[in-house]
Amino acid sequence: MSTIKSSEHIAGHAQSGSTPLGRRMGRLGLELLGILFTIIVFWIPFYFIIVNALKSTQESADLSLALPSTYHLWENIMTVVQARNYMLLRAFWNSSVLTIVSVLALVILCGMAGYVMQRRRDRLTPTLDLLILVGLIIPPAIVPTIWVLDGMGLFKTMPGLILVEVALNFPFCVLLYKGFMAAIPREIDEAAVIDGCGGFRLFFNIILPLLQPVSATVIVLCAVTIFNDFANPLYFLPGSANVTVQTTLYNFKSQYVTQWNLLFTNILLITIPPLLLFLFFNKRIVAGMTAGSVKG
Amino acid sequence: MNRVFRRTYSYWFLMPAAVIYFVIFLLPTVMSFFFSFTRWTLADWEFIGLDNFVMFFQEQSLRIGFQNTLIYAVVTCGLKVILGLLLGVLLTSRLRTRNYLRSVIFFPTLISTIAVGIAFSMMMHPTQGIINTALGWAGLPGLDWLGDTRVALLSIALVDVWKGVGFATVIYISGILSIPPDYYEALQIDGGGAWHKFWNIIVPLSRPATNSVIILSFIGGLRSFDLVWAMTQGGPGFTTDVIASIIYKQYQGGFYGLATAGNVILFVIVTVLAFPLYRYLNKREVDL
Repeated sequence: MSTIKSSEHIAGHAQSGSTPLGRRMGRLGLELLGILFTIIVFWIPFYFIIVNALKSTQESADLSLALPSTYHLWENIMTVVQARNYMLLRAFWNSSVLTIVSVLALVILCGMAGYVMQRRRDRLTPTLDLLILVGLIIPPAIVPTIWVLDGMGLFKTMPGLILVEVALNFPFCVLLYKGFMAAIPREIDEAAVIDGCGGFRLFFNIILPLLQPVSATVIVLCAVTIFNDFANPLYFLPGSANVTVQTTLYNFKSQYVTQWNLLFTNILLITIPPLLLFLFFNKRIVAGMTAGSVKG
Repeated sequence: MNRVFRRTYSYWFLMPAAVIYFVIFLLPTVMSFFFSFTRWTLADWEFIGLDNFVMFFQEQSLRIGFQNTLIYAVVTCGLKVILGLLLGVLLTSRLRTRNYLRSVIFFPTLISTIAVGIAFSMMMHPTQGIINTALGWAGLPGLDWLGDTRVALLSIALVDVWKGVGFATVIYISGILSIPPDYYEALQIDGGGAWHKFWNIIVPLSRPATNSVIILSFIGGLRSFDLVWAMTQGGPGFTTDVIASIIYKQYQGGFYGLATAGNVILFVIVTVLAFPLYRYLNKREVDL
């Protein structure tokens, strides 16, 4: 791998050797400018969060970029985790349950829906497409949703919030599945049907495994969206027994007005899951977001 | 075969998702038109005609939401288009650092909006914030970013752009990479420079990417709530309230009918602006 890279470099140099020196310097300048830009605009805010999570309460009161004189990261983490009777742990548990169950439901339900909607084109198709488009564009009606959930006895419950997440992420996911289904040849279905496969077995044994790449995209994108969701837990799952990580962070904001170090530690802790997803699935996230947005 | 077809692709597969979508999303959306005409306490409602809407247009603290929502959507959308395009061009050029740059610019898209909002409101602190400190070093006067009523909304919009520009950039990157190389070759034969390449090839031919960025960030801007709520909660006073934050405040105050009227107004605005925009942009794309 490294030899290929270095030979590319040599080729690049040989080629740029023929271009004027000015252009080469220009490119180098652009690269340096780019790095400088990311340092100022992106790294400083990240650094700001991290360095303040390391400090003691007095030092973090300055809100400065200075390095801490003594490091308090572990102590800060313990304080944040133990705060309000281990609220953060409960929040992580709730957010994990919410994210995992919602994402699993989205994969199965939207996979099935996308399968039928792509294969079956009939009188209903335009209406269904329009209803999906409506869901992509229009914001949810908050209080009437609460009214519906309340009527079913699901308001302020985890299953209720899971249903909300499934409903609101359905249009986007189904579009992704529909787009991917179009690339799976119908001959596969026909062969399976001739061999005596019913629709149910065709979908679960043949189609769903073939949908694996798009399922991976749906899993990663929806996991990030739902884990980071603030507004829906705020409305549909209020109360201190039911906190999620985002609502906890928001509550801590008012609690820790004089203890910025703890607030930043909290931010740091809840950024770890998305950071891990980013490190492992960066390419897939980017590919999924562009596919979904350009086609949608 | 037709019967086999219908059985193989039975609408039963659609049912579970469709039922959830109908009950949790479509039904409340339809009901909101009714409840927006009522004084409402979940258990009980009283029909009061257009009073909620009249209130929304008369009360200064509510009316300001329209103006702010539009300003916010236009500013964030405009900046994301311009910066996304420029970064997209930069990151598709032959820079050795482009993979690094792509990752760094994209990362904020994935972090929690609340965390970003809190961190930036600390950095925008009028006396201690690092932004004003840095401006001070450069000999520039600082601003009360979130406390000054003239700039507070724009400060939030800037943070929104900071967080969202990576998304616009990746859409532009895929748009620019899908331009057939023939165009660049033709330009080279005709002897066009870098400016021609940008203005006569990249800008018109990345049109589909531009349309996606405009639609998504404009709708996102109209609906935005999290960042405003994390940074100012609509303050100082009501000067940074957007429709979504007003809905939340009215809901908290127990004015369910009024909150729902706000929701209906938000639908109408999004529909009136976004659907024609969507049509218009898609039409221009075909014309090309």
